[in-house]
Amino acid sequence: MTPGSGLLGGAGRASVTLLIFAVAIFALMELAPGDPMAQVPLSVPDEVKQEMRRALGLGEPAYVRFGLWLWQLCVIEPLTGLDALLGTQLAGGQSRILSWQARAPVMQIVASHLPQTLWVVGLAYVVGVAIALPLGICQAWRQHSVFDRAGTAVTMLAYSVPPFLSGVVLIAVFSVWLGWLPSIYDTTHRVEDWSDLWVQARQMILPVAVLSIQTTALIARYTRAAVLENLRMDHVRTARSKGLSEASVLARHVLRQSMIPVVTVIALGLPQVFGGAVVTEQIFLVNGLGHLLISSIEANDLPVVRTVTFLMAVLIVLANLAADVTCRLLDPRIGAHD
Amino acid sequence: MIIKRAVAVLSAVSILAISATEALAEASGKPPDDRLTIVSWQAPSTLNPYLSAGAKDVEAASLVLEPLARIAPDGQLVAWLAEEIPTRANGGQSADLKSLTWRLRDGLSWSDGSAVTAQDVAFTWRYCTAEGLGCAQAAKFDGIEDIETPDARTAVIRFAAPRPNPYSAFVGAQSPILQRAQFAPCLPPQGTDCATVNFAPVGTGPFMVAEFRPNDVIRLAANPQYRTPAQPVFGEVVLKGGGDAESAARAVFQTGEADYATNLQLAPDMLSRMAGGGTGVIETAFGPLVEYISLNLTDPDPVHGPARATPAHPHPVLSDARVRKALSLALDRAALVEIGYGAAGRVTCNIVVAPEHFASTANDGCKTQDIEAARALLAEAGWHDSDADGIRDKDGRALTLSFQTSTNRVRQDFQAIIKHWWAQIGVGTELRNINASVFFGSDPASPDTFQKFHADVQMFASMFDGTDPEAFLRNWRCDRIPSPENGWQGSNIPRLCDAGYDALTDRLEHAATPQERAGLVRALNDRLVTDHVLLPLVARGRVSGRAQGLAGVEINPWDSEFWNIAQWHRRAE
Repeated sequence: MTPGSGLLGGAGRASVTLLIFAVAIFALMELAPGDPMAQVPLSVPDEVKQEMRRALGLGEPAYVRFGLWLWQLCVIEPLTGLDALLGTQLAGGQSRILSWQARAPVMQIVASHLPQTLWVVGLAYVVGVAIALPLGICQAWRQHSVFDRAGTAVTMLAYSVPPFLSGVVLIAVFSVWLGWLPSIYDTTHRVEDWSDLWVQARQMILPVAVLSIQTTALIARYTRAAVLENLRMDHVRTARSKGLSEASVLARHVLRQSMIPVVTVIALGLPQVFGGAVVTEQIFLVNGLGHLLISSIEANDLPVVRTVTFLMAVLIVLANLAADVTCRLLDPRIGAHD
Repeated sequence: MIIKRAVAVLSAVSILAISATEALAEASGKPPDDRLTIVSWQAPSTLNPYLSAGAKDVEAASLVLEPLARIAPDGQLVAWLAEEIPTRANGGQSADLKSLTWRLRDGLSWSDGSAVTAQDVAFTWRYCTAEGLGCAQAAKFDGIEDIETPDARTAVIRFAAPRPNPYSAFVGAQSPILQRAQFAPCLPPQGTDCATVNFAPVGTGPFMVAEFRPNDVIRLAANPQYRTPAQPVFGEVVLKGGGDAESAARAVFQTGEADYATNLQLAPDMLSRMAGGGTGVIETAFGPLVEYISLNLTDPDPVHGPARATPAHPHPVLSDARVRKALSLALDRAALVEIGYGAAGRVTCNIVVAPEHFASTANDGCKTQDIEAARALLAEAGWHDSDADGIRDKDGRALTLSFQTSTNRVRQDFQAIIKHWWAQIGVGTELRNINASVFFGSDPASPDTFQKFHADVQMFASMFDGTDPEAFLRNWRCDRIPSPENGWQGSNIPRLCDAGYDALTDRLEHAATPQERAGLVRALNDRLVTDHVLLPLVARGRVSGRAQGLAGVEINPWDSEFWNIAQWHRRAE
């Protein structure tokens, strides 16, 4: 079997997984208690609430609503996306998945929340990884040194401080006390020239810092462990005894091996970026996908909750596939016996 | 040489650091003078108040959409898009009370430049009452048979039956006028994909939508067509959502990033500490919102099966008025206000707490706690602690009540302290709290809704729209009792069934003079509270935060908080 067909099989398995996800997500939310009408003030009479429920399509039985949702999710929404890209009329004006709160297409709302999530949470992830890799490698390379011990202490501390504490502390220092950085993220800000970029950078400093602290700590720990394990391997000892320089031992004989588990951790953490960071977004009013998810859960806006959850599931499956591919590239032995 | 170089480098670094610090401090997120920044932490999800009754959406829409009349902070009607309030005296209200004639101001125009006509008024009624729309404000248009438009500026509302109090449709932030040209394509059944229209309605208000991001932020620009010259004073409004009450309060009181923040329901000591910094002021306004306890007059015991908590089985304990009165006497309402609301709460003994001329004084004795009197009443009712376990009993039944409410920090504090007071008079209490989205949901399959009331005692808050409590007081009529027959819908939570009460609500429906109405409202209120079916606890106010430099704010408990936002301006320094 070629590696390609192995991946194809993986994609097939992924589709089945996603279908099971869709059923599970829908069923769980049907069974969960809660009612979108709970948000409506008590001054609105019950008869009016019943009319509002009917207008939301809640009068239909669950299997009809599930079928409609799946159809809209798998057919109408992709077609609408194509129409927007190519200017075609494939979707033919069929009704899309609508948020109960906003009575607007869920995908439109998701799209409006995506940029700030990618900017803030995505950048934090990149910064976190960029700091964590060299940190972890150096710690392992100089194990038991002062640098290693200090690094371990700092990463353990960073990992155990929750964002709701670090976020509020940073705001208290930099926004309230010093008054240097804003505590509110302005999503309407457009970057058009250098001074706009400066404003954008300033408003991103605090949330990115809070988020990257945790990523750095986690990935640095993984990197250190993986590199340590490989440094003890026989082939590394052989390489050293051949008289290779320390740099080439590290780069050619240790890192490639060590990166396999680290890449897996990084890839599997990637969907979290799209899920937003609920707590940090809430503290800095970033209002990305994490905020959208939590506010929709609070309002029982089920179409948004299940669509966002399903998109997350898709991303997790894709990240798994990506991790598989990368690991095969790093180590051709993986998947050779598929 | 080395030292010299080091000094030079150091000084260069410090100069850089200082200038960077200055640059940072200069641009520290203070809003530009022309922009008004408001934090409404519960982010608006639509700007069409007819599709959402939620306060966050209605308030945000009020910057753009306007009604014919608003209610001023003192509770009086003010003509807004209308020339004047139609009354019997000026002939606007017909003698048979079946029609009301509104006349639009002269020269009104929408923000797109087109003229506002009576057609728009009539269309708004047709829109909200359209079959299949699920209009959240439908009750405002109850009883309207037709709206005639004899000329472009006149709209005549025809009611099916005489209407002594006709000021519900097109009055207040909940029922503003929509532009017919814009919303006509959004009548059902095409009405499902009108997101762009709902997100950017064309209005007559001081501002118009520049950008709307649902559940995040709204940017509004001054409406160049606004009818009052030199208004609005601000050129731009940013209404930012997200975060929580604490971050909103911080933005006004500590970092100065926002000029105004709404709904700051924080612990009283925390709010006053934050506001103590001097950069902002707490604004409160008291309207009809009241936190109260409902006592179940029917037996919620599961042995009754489907007839549980229905009038078929009167409550074995709480049917006795003496027990209900004892429960009320044991409460120290002033302590509750202090613990839960601080400046945003007031002690009350009424269910209709405002406007002032409706507030009764018949139950004012409830303001002082009287544990001794409560004990005496229970003893008189035959409840004694015969087994010395601290809980009274009678005929083998212990005086233990189940007490439920929604999950909410203040409410759980209240539950704990009320349990403590009731323990002092020998009443045992089992506490329970239920997630608000279940408790206030109307899902007939859920056993935990406040309407099913599978408990003895319940606590929550309610209020009415506008200044007339007629519809509100009809909530406790016999025919509003939730039961299996009506799918547990209905607003008569204590299950009070009193022919005398129902007759009074019928009289109120036909009472025309303000004095007569006020008398009836007080009588209905007294029936509920002096009989201790409802135990009012706290009259709750609106709490917002305003930056010191912002002037012109007049917080309004009856209408939108932003009702006079056109006049908001920065204080000259």
